[in-house]
Amino acid sequence: MTRRIRGISGPTVSVEFSGLKLYERLYVGHAMLTGEVVRLDRDRAVVQVYEDTKGLGIDEPVNIVGMPLTVRLGPGLLAGMFDGLQRPLKRLREDMGPFIIRGKQMYALDHMKRWRFSPLKRKGDDVRTGDILGYVEEGAFKHLITCNCDGRIVWITDGEFSLGEPIGKLEDGKEIFGCHEWPVRMSRPYKRKFPPSEPLVTGQRCIDFLFPIARGGTVILPGGFGTGKTILEQAIAKSADVDIVVYVGCGERGNEMADLIDEFATLSDPWTGRGLMERTILVVNTSNMPVAAREASIYTAATMAEYYRDMGYHVLLLADSLSRWAEALREISSSLEEMPGEEGYPTYLASRLSGFFERAGVVETLSGRIGSLSMVLSVSPPGGDFTEPVTQACLRAAGAFLMLDTSLAHRRHFPAINYFQSYSLYEKDIVRHFNEQISSEWAGLMQRCRELLQAEERLREVAEIIGVEGLQDADMILMKVAEMIRIEFLCQNAYAEDAFSPPEKTVSKIREVVEFYDSSISRLREGVSRNQ
Amino acid sequence: MRLSEHIYSTITSIRGPLLFIDEVFTARIGEVVRVHSPDGRIMDGEVLKIDAKTVLIQVYGETRGLDIENTSIVFADTVKKAPLSTDIIGRIFNGSFAPIDGLPMFIPEKWSPITGFPINPSARARPEEFIETGFSVIDGLNTLVKGQKLPIFSCAGLPSKEVAAGMLKNAIIPPVLPLAKGGEGGFVNRGKGDFVVVFVAIGLTYHEYSFYMNILGEMKGGFVAFVNMADEPVMERLLAPRFALASAEYLAFEKGMDVLVVITDMTNYCDALREVSTAREELPGRRGYPGYMYSDLASIYERAGRIKGIPGSVTMLPIVTMPEDDITHPIPDLTGYITEGQIVLNRELHQKGIFPPVDVLPSLSRLMQRGIGEGHTRGDHRKIANDLYKYYAKGRDLRRLEAIVGRDGMTDSDRQMLDFADAFEREFVNQRMERRDVNETLDIGLNILKRFSLEVR
Repeated sequence: MTRRIRGISGPTVSVEFSGLKLYERLYVGHAMLTGEVVRLDRDRAVVQVYEDTKGLGIDEPVNIVGMPLTVRLGPGLLAGMFDGLQRPLKRLREDMGPFIIRGKQMYALDHMKRWRFSPLKRKGDDVRTGDILGYVEEGAFKHLITCNCDGRIVWITDGEFSLGEPIGKLEDGKEIFGCHEWPVRMSRPYKRKFPPSEPLVTGQRCIDFLFPIARGGTVILPGGFGTGKTILEQAIAKSADVDIVVYVGCGERGNEMADLIDEFATLSDPWTGRGLMERTILVVNTSNMPVAAREASIYTAATMAEYYRDMGYHVLLLADSLSRWAEALREISSSLEEMPGEEGYPTYLASRLSGFFERAGVVETLSGRIGSLSMVLSVSPPGGDFTEPVTQACLRAAGAFLMLDTSLAHRRHFPAINYFQSYSLYEKDIVRHFNEQISSEWAGLMQRCRELLQAEERLREVAEIIGVEGLQDADMILMKVAEMIRIEFLCQNAYAEDAFSPPEKTVSKIREVVEFYDSSISRLREGVSRNQ
Repeated sequence: MRLSEHIYSTITSIRGPLLFIDEVFTARIGEVVRVHSPDGRIMDGEVLKIDAKTVLIQVYGETRGLDIENTSIVFADTVKKAPLSTDIIGRIFNGSFAPIDGLPMFIPEKWSPITGFPINPSARARPEEFIETGFSVIDGLNTLVKGQKLPIFSCAGLPSKEVAAGMLKNAIIPPVLPLAKGGEGGFVNRGKGDFVVVFVAIGLTYHEYSFYMNILGEMKGGFVAFVNMADEPVMERLLAPRFALASAEYLAFEKGMDVLVVITDMTNYCDALREVSTAREELPGRRGYPGYMYSDLASIYERAGRIKGIPGSVTMLPIVTMPEDDITHPIPDLTGYITEGQIVLNRELHQKGIFPPVDVLPSLSRLMQRGIGEGHTRGDHRKIANDLYKYYAKGRDLRRLEAIVGRDGMTDSDRQMLDFADAFEREFVNQRMERRDVNETLDIGLNILKRFSLEVR
């Protein structure tokens, strides 16, 4: 079925309309660029094109694919690197060299590779959607293959297969494959959702101790440029206590991604000792890659993350940065000539964002396993101004807010998390958990730590005027101890051995500092001068 | 491919640089057109938007003198391409890639689209080879590496052009470097001849023009210059950096050269972008700049880099003049979000007579960590850089206290710190036009650190 292009404006193309459906996928022009129907008028359909439209001409053909924008899910995603439309970047490079040329379609998964399938169901079993048919070993992970239709198995393989061939057959003649397609904008189904209550240990002392986050939770990291968003995101990706990490470089720097790829290839997961890449999926749409694919990239990533969640894994999705996604949304919206809201962003920005955040959570999967999807998303507010629409929309939807502070960054205090204004709504549950599992002092120490930092802040104003020397002895000690907390406890070098701090180490480190403070104060009471 | 040229004289309206043409049979987005004006001038233009039979064209050049009846438009059936050859080295072009140095046009070896193609992130090699700029404050504390994009944030009236000139004259990749570890993209020293500067001037005043032409004349290495003067068409300001980068990519990734691209001034580029966007009646974003400015700037800055298995590199040094000295203004702000750090010039240092007046505290090179230390510069580089930064930051902090309590009211160690900060600015940052190699730089740093007994409380 072929239609013709009638008009082109930036990344949107209008097509003569008959029988097209909203959000249907199309191949546009002779170059076969991927597009999606975003609006239907009486006589024309508006198509958003996911690649650069330069060179596209009027009257060129548009072909219908017959389904929405999807990703391919199956074994072989781990350690992969994809663009915003899930094209495999490494194989694209082998195919067409170091530059990305438009209009090249390529399956995300290698259909030639052979996998060993171990069935868990037998011939004659009745299966339903979501049931587990068997598994393949994908690295160290048991990659569960689920059924996506109902019926009785008449044949199921036990042995090697490739993704192109069926692994089983149902009574009604339906073939079952090891991989399937899923529309990116639709969240994958689950049985029920639970409130997040288990900790997600990040290995970052400031986060784990002061603003602990939960598996299944959502965290935003807003900060101006140079505040270390990317480094913090990567530090979390390296050491978070989860099974699988999906990292989205959304509209960010190419060199940074090259660095990340090289680095991840050499590092190992501190929890299991296995190679870090083995548990990681990268989705990369750098700032000079097409804007519309950038908009799709976070959904592509979330769908792959949900796929592994459905096997009962704990998955962490990191996106850097959500502001670039919002800007892509704005660019597309303005080329559709929609009525703009605040700062030119479309009025549906907040609802799209909160809809995306809702894909996180702890769930019971269709097959009865418990899996979780957590999100840590950075935001790049223009001019470091947190009152802008993207940060504000995120604040309403996110469960934790880790504010990155330019003034801390200038003092080379990294991670530059502002310890007064950040918050975590998971704090209560998670601290209770840490209190029971790690140390019964956790909650008490946390309170003490906060009080010391607050007291320092008050004293600092006084000290600015009269000088540190003019303070009373007890205050001097407090200033000194608070500085220790800031420099030795809250600061953490992302590139040294200290980059990963397990909770036991975190709590013993702060315990030392607080004990030092208490003993200094009590000795002072006994009349020992501060210099001793 | 069309079999014949399509010529139209069906203009329906002209608005600034924009033409609307009706009854167009076929056209493509980004297609190049030639506009023949009634007085015989021929200008280039580009298709911006197509709506059924109506086409919107943007003209690169002066639209004064165009009319609706007699102006005709020829569609070229191709997108904008740059003529490329190694013969461009040593030449000076305008913003439309026409030679302005009095010599004839070269014969191109090939043509490629000026917007280029994005580098596949998995093909990028990690930038980690040190470039010596000759300025202590950059080499020592904000090291530049091959494939990096590091802007200079300046303010009106500060000597950004002298800083750029210093880099143009002095930047080299040190001749003796050990082979980088690991297979792909290993660095092989190919001598100084393969180091080329691509200089892009956007909206340059005549005064600045003559300054830079002198500098380029004095340069020993090869250069290519693209110059758009302040009184030349605004559209060429948007084209010049793209022609320059197409040339830079060609020299780097096809001819294996190390290319340093200096662009001055990105603020003029962004203002041109705003002007054109407004003429197109697009929705304005912050301060009237278009909402897509981030993506547009990225399409320029992200062309810097290195590629695995290919010897050349594109390194970029854009100069941004911060309007109202405000680093949160959209131009420096969006630039900072894309580039790998920034070198910030400071008015106060300039008034103290320090050159280059680089403020170390807000300056940053994100890729520095990979490019310094054993095998790149010197084993103690990292420690010296960290110490200098730490004590200087402390010293600067104390200056505020000094203003309140006075120098006499401060402790000995605080006074040491203050003196250190002064000495650091006077001796390390300040170097006039002399060139320092990285060893000298580190020795000076070490020397200052040793002279003071410093301890951060």
